[in-house]
Amino acid sequence: MTDTTEILKVTPLNALHLELGGKMVPFAGYAMPVQYPAGVLKEHLHTREKAGLFDVSHMGQAFLSGADPARALERVTPADIQGIPEGMQRYGLLLSDEGGIKDDFMTTRLAAEAALYLVVNAAMKDADFAYIAEKLKGEAQLAPAPDRALLALQGPLAAEVLERHSPGISQMTFMQAKRVTVAGAPAIVSRTGYTGEDGFEISIEGKDAEKVARALLKEAEVLPIGLGARDSLRLEAGLCLYGHDMDDSIDPVEANLVWSMGKRRKEAGDYPGAARIGKHLQDGAAKKRVGLRPEGRAPAREGTEIADKTGRVVGRVTSGGFGPSLNAPLAMGYVEKDFAATGTKLDLIVRGKALGAEVVAMPFVPNRYKRAKK
Amino acid sequence: MSEVRFTDQHEWVRLEGDEATVGITRHAAEQLGDVVFVELPQAGRKVGAGGEAAVVESVKAASEVYAPVGGEVTAANSALEAEPAKVNEDPEGAGWFFKMKLSDKAEFAKLMDAAAYQEFVKGL
Repeated sequence: MTDTTEILKVTPLNALHLELGGKMVPFAGYAMPVQYPAGVLKEHLHTREKAGLFDVSHMGQAFLSGADPARALERVTPADIQGIPEGMQRYGLLLSDEGGIKDDFMTTRLAAEAALYLVVNAAMKDADFAYIAEKLKGEAQLAPAPDRALLALQGPLAAEVLERHSPGISQMTFMQAKRVTVAGAPAIVSRTGYTGEDGFEISIEGKDAEKVARALLKEAEVLPIGLGARDSLRLEAGLCLYGHDMDDSIDPVEANLVWSMGKRRKEAGDYPGAARIGKHLQDGAAKKRVGLRPEGRAPAREGTEIADKTGRVVGRVTSGGFGPSLNAPLAMGYVEKDFAATGTKLDLIVRGKALGAEVVAMPFVPNRYKRAKK
Repeated sequence: MSEVRFTDQHEWVRLEGDEATVGITRHAAEQLGDVVFVELPQAGRKVGAGGEAAVVESVKAASEVYAPVGGEVTAANSALEAEPAKVNEDPEGAGWFFKMKLSDKAEFAKLMDAAAYQEFVKGL
C-alpha cells in the first residue's frame, strides 16, 4: 500500500459502473471500469457480435469558436480542417512545432454552427487544451466542456439499438455527426468509434448520462464494456493508443498516419514540423509503425524487442496482446524502414526467447464501418 | 492423503508423498481474467522455492507463476496449451500447471493452509 494514493476523478456514470460490478482501476486520473463481471474476452466478443456500451466520459471535449476556428486550428494540425464538410467529423493529429505527435483528436463541424466540436484523449486533455488555447490566442477561443459525458455504442447491432432511442439515427453514415435527441436527452452523435465496428459516439450533458446509459443497457443486445476490451478491440482494428503507439518523438510519417494529413496541407507545407515531415514524406522515415502477427499463441507485450533473423534489434513493440476475435496474439510496433514491408519475417524477443513473427497489413480484423455509398 | 497449501503469490500446491502439484488459486484466476496463454516448464527443470516456473497470460497482461517449493519439475499440464481457459474453469483442479518432486518438505510446511490463505486474501 502507498500513502500517496491519487485522488481519482469519476465520470457521471461512476455509481452505475459500481452497480454493474465494474472493476474500477485508475486511468488518466479517473476511476474507470477495466471490465465488468462478463470479463474482457466476453465483452470483446460481444461487441463484435452485438453491441457494447462504453463510458468514455474521461475524454476531453471542447468547442472552438472565433472568426474562423477551422483556419486557426490548422496552426496545430496537418489535417484539412477547413475542408471538413458540414455535418462531418474528421481525425487529426495535434503536432508540436517540431512535428512530433502531441495527441490525436476528432474535429466536428456541426451543421449551421460556427464553433468546432473537438474530442481529445483523456490523459492529454489538460495539456492539449492549454496548448491549443496558447497557440490560437487572438484567433480562436477554446471552451472545454468538462460537464459533458461521452458514451460509445459499438457493434453490428448498435444502429438498430440506437434507432429505438433516436429515430432516424441509423440513416447516418461513417464519420457523419449531428445534434439529435437520444432517450430524450440533447446529444451530439457521430457515427464513429474506436473498435473497428460500426457504431456511434454520443456526447450528452453529464446530468443526462445515467438516464441515457440505462436506456441503452436495457436493450437485450447491449452489454457494458470496460477499458480492457476497448484496448483489445482497438488493437485488432489497428488503431493507435496515444502514449504507446505514438508520442511527441514520433511524426505522422513514422506513425503511418499520413492519410490523416490533408492533401492541400501536404502540398502547401503549412503545418507544424513541415521541414521534418516534408522530408519524411519525400524520402521516407527511418522507422515506421507496422502490424505484427506472432507465430504460436504467446503474446508479445509493449516493450518487446523486435529483431531481424540475425538477432539484431530493429524495433520495439508499442502495443501487444491477444486478440479475442483473431484468437491469436497480435502486436504493433516500430521497425527500421527496411523491415517494414508486409510479409517481412522478424523475431520477437519474449522472455529471452526469439518468437517468429511476420509484418502484416492492418487492421488485423476487417473493419465494418457503415460508409456512405459513393 | 494429500494436503494443500498456498503462497502469498497465489499459487496452490498439493502434496502427495514427495510429489507436489502446483497451480494458481481461484482468487488469482479471477483477478487475471480470461487466460489466453500459458507457458509451462519442461520436465527435469530444477527450480528453487519462489523461482519463476511458468507464465500465465490474460488478454490484459502476463504474470509469472512461481514455484511454491524447491525441487525438480516432473510433468507439465500440456492440456493447458490448447485449452488455457481450463485455468479459469477449474483453477484448483484440471487447471493445474505442473508437478514437481519436492527437495525439502520443510518448505511446504511453512506455506499457508486454506484458512490462513483465505484470511490473507480478505486482507488484500
